[in-house]
Amino acid sequence: MKYIPTIGIECHVQLCTKTKLFSEVDNDARGKEPNSCVSPVDYALPGMLPRLNGEAVKFAVRAGHAMNCAINPKSRFDRKHYFYPDSPKGYQITQFFHPIIGEGFVELPSGTKIRIEHAHLEGDAGKLTHFSNYSLVDLNRVDTPLIEIVSMPDIHSAADARDYAKELWRLMTFAKVTYGDLYNGNMRFDVNVSIAPEGADKLGTRTETKNLNSFRSIERAVEYEIKRQTKLLEAGETIRQETRGWNDATGESTPQRSKEEAKDYRYMPEPDLPPLNLSEEFISAALENFPMMPSDYRKMLGSIVPDATLEVLLDYPKLMEKLSELKENTAALKRISNLFSSVLLAEENFSLLNDELPSKQQLLDLAEMLDKNELSSTGGKEVFIKFFDPEMHFKATREIAKELGVVQENDLGALEAIVDAVLAKPETQKAQEDYKNGEQKVIGFLVGQVMKESHGKANPSAVQEILRKKLA
Amino acid sequence: MKIANKNVTATMLVNDALKKAEFFKDYNIFTSLYKDAALKKAAEIDEKIKNGEPVGRLAGVPFAAKDNFLVKDTITTASAHILEPFKAPITSTVVEQLGKEGAIMIGKVNLDAFAHGSSTENSYFGPTLNAFDKTRVAGGSSGGSAVAVALDVVEFATGSDTGGSIRQPASFNGVYGLKPTYGATSRYGVVSMASSLDVNGFFTKTPEDMDLLMSICAHRDEKDLTTLPDFYEETSAKPVKTVGVVKDFDNDAVDPEIRAALKAKCEELKKKGIDIIELDMPTLKYALAVYYIIQPAEVASNLSRYDGIRYGFRSENSTNLDDLYGNTRNEGFMKENKRRIMIGNFVLSSGFYDAYFLKAAKARTLLIEEYKKAFEKCDVILAPVSPNPAFKLGEKVNDPVAMYMEDIMSVSINLAGIPGLAIPAGKTESGLPIGLQVLGPRRSDKTIIKFAEEIK
Repeated sequence: MKYIPTIGIECHVQLCTKTKLFSEVDNDARGKEPNSCVSPVDYALPGMLPRLNGEAVKFAVRAGHAMNCAINPKSRFDRKHYFYPDSPKGYQITQFFHPIIGEGFVELPSGTKIRIEHAHLEGDAGKLTHFSNYSLVDLNRVDTPLIEIVSMPDIHSAADARDYAKELWRLMTFAKVTYGDLYNGNMRFDVNVSIAPEGADKLGTRTETKNLNSFRSIERAVEYEIKRQTKLLEAGETIRQETRGWNDATGESTPQRSKEEAKDYRYMPEPDLPPLNLSEEFISAALENFPMMPSDYRKMLGSIVPDATLEVLLDYPKLMEKLSELKENTAALKRISNLFSSVLLAEENFSLLNDELPSKQQLLDLAEMLDKNELSSTGGKEVFIKFFDPEMHFKATREIAKELGVVQENDLGALEAIVDAVLAKPETQKAQEDYKNGEQKVIGFLVGQVMKESHGKANPSAVQEILRKKLA
Repeated sequence: MKIANKNVTATMLVNDALKKAEFFKDYNIFTSLYKDAALKKAAEIDEKIKNGEPVGRLAGVPFAAKDNFLVKDTITTASAHILEPFKAPITSTVVEQLGKEGAIMIGKVNLDAFAHGSSTENSYFGPTLNAFDKTRVAGGSSGGSAVAVALDVVEFATGSDTGGSIRQPASFNGVYGLKPTYGATSRYGVVSMASSLDVNGFFTKTPEDMDLLMSICAHRDEKDLTTLPDFYEETSAKPVKTVGVVKDFDNDAVDPEIRAALKAKCEELKKKGIDIIELDMPTLKYALAVYYIIQPAEVASNLSRYDGIRYGFRSENSTNLDDLYGNTRNEGFMKENKRRIMIGNFVLSSGFYDAYFLKAAKARTLLIEEYKKAFEKCDVILAPVSPNPAFKLGEKVNDPVAMYMEDIMSVSINLAGIPGLAIPAGKTESGLPIGLQVLGPRRSDKTIIKFAEEIK
């Protein structure tokens, strides 16, 4: 029997706000001592009350907009209760009943649309590190603002699950609401997978594989789960509704908690925070200067850059933003996106991505010199690399090209003089004879001689043309 | 109240209060005293007075804070074992506001643990005794505050009122006790009981003192998003022409002497030309049931943070995390705390939420509407605070429902978020104080305080 998989994904996105969701302490704990970014509110001292961070609300509005979602002008906060040392209050403040972000959709590169059910604001939990007979608690991450994005079960393959996660990552990083560092858990995915016989009108029992933090692991976990469930059903067994944990090393998932063991979170409206009422002015101010999204880039570059190259470039929001500065100049867009993908994304240059990118003017000048044949494509690459050289990066393109000695000679008069000089040399006489006798390929030798004479600065195609005329 | 000046110094006022605190030690009023800090602050104020520098509106006035108010560098117990030892790193907004005006906190006073109770008998440190009869309860939960003011140890005391915790002990001890409009004063730095019902207020000897304290403390606080924009100083008292009396409160369950006191007060008002009307408020009979669903739910939630992990008491004998939680909370909480945690978690649990919590929340809305309608007919309501005067120590300890019934006439005010001021209204034949409460619509705090002044 053929089974159709149905997949829904929940994604937690850490927002890169300056301060935490409910207190004024630093939200960026990267490289800081454990428990150094914790206020009495985060620490849940008695009598402490949460204060909502306006920037987090603004980021949520932007995130919603990036996913084509309706923004709910009225939303509320709720408490989700559970006991664990990563939760100082004994509850998480979330939006269970009335989320800030309503329905929307994410369009995959393939054109498939995945609907968003809703997304809500909530506080993150702390982190526990377990040792042999004790555990340590770090509360730096407590109440880092998160949005949890809940998709509809519109995904039907492991590849689409991966593409959806990737597209979400692009949307959130392009909208600049998260640092998007997957390795450090800035975005975490829970995938719900069920399978049902083709044509069935009911979905199968689902399992949830939690806390995946790479696109590859999402794809693998979904593939694994589809295979596992198919095998069970084909053997006449049933699927248990449960949460599962993924082990990336073994490529397998193991059951964690069944439905019967599921916690009762005892949701309750959060009485310490009044309902959130967003004015139209707040929402439009939050969306001011909204950056270009992947779909905008696809429109801008679709006819200029090959699809495959474009999809690779879209994984680098920084590069795309730089390209957006060149959007008035199609020729430059083509040349520079090509340099980005062929030079910057070549493995040996990967580290350059951490550096500041060349300025708009440097790039426009570079494109122009390439267009005018003042630079060969090799010379262009050499200049481009020097944009990242701490000694050179502040210099103008032409200046760098001159210092490198790669500006090509295009002055026909000057070139003719060099050609004449070469043709007068005794060592070229035989080649001239051969050419005139119909041996076309010796022209290469002659061009080479001219290039040598010009110390490599002559434009080879121009040289060839002059030679052909002279020897005709 | 006595405010320090060149002749009556802050040091004299504070010394006097400390002496009385010592003298009335057997009433078990204080959980901690801060003699040195209080005298140091008094000396600073006296120095300022001597130099003609400005001092605040409460210069040198000694006061007591209910021991659920956090005050920097002092111990806060909430009269509960589970917080021991907890030294606050910050000061609650209300105590800070009072301190800025020169008031001097001499100590923290007793309460039912986490403010759960109507007698202060649920305190880990034992009950506070009634100011008029040492065999009777002080009322609660702010029992220590009421007795401290009634025995004139301090000029005023802070309290918190979730379902009557200021008004009932005020009426048991013959002093004024105000539960302000929800959000009029800040809750920041006060150990939360039930967040949507909690409000902080005061015990005073006169309505005039209450007015002064409210103009100091009734302000919007950025640290408490549920505080209202400033209104107290901006509004003027509305003249009271019509007083409503709730028919539903006038029944056999209420002590005859209290009913008589209410009647006598009404006669007095009539003579002053004030109309008395009877109010039908059929939803009120559900108030206690609604209260004992919403309040424990929020209590259970707010008490979740006391887990022995980060501060306070931690049970010694645990080998795993679940045990650590279980033992710490079992040994650290009082019986009444545990009862409310269990009720609260039950009404919030999946499958029961709709039947209990959600239904109670809907009934609460009806109650708010009913009060709104009542105040279309009258300017204020006059009602008993509790069905009885102060009862005997131990009388209701083992009967939680009888204890909850004590709250029957005080809780609806918290559910509706309206202000209520307990006023002294004579004594019983046996000499126990009787209290009545003046209720007004939201933000009418000044009206009810001025009305209390008029009918003193």
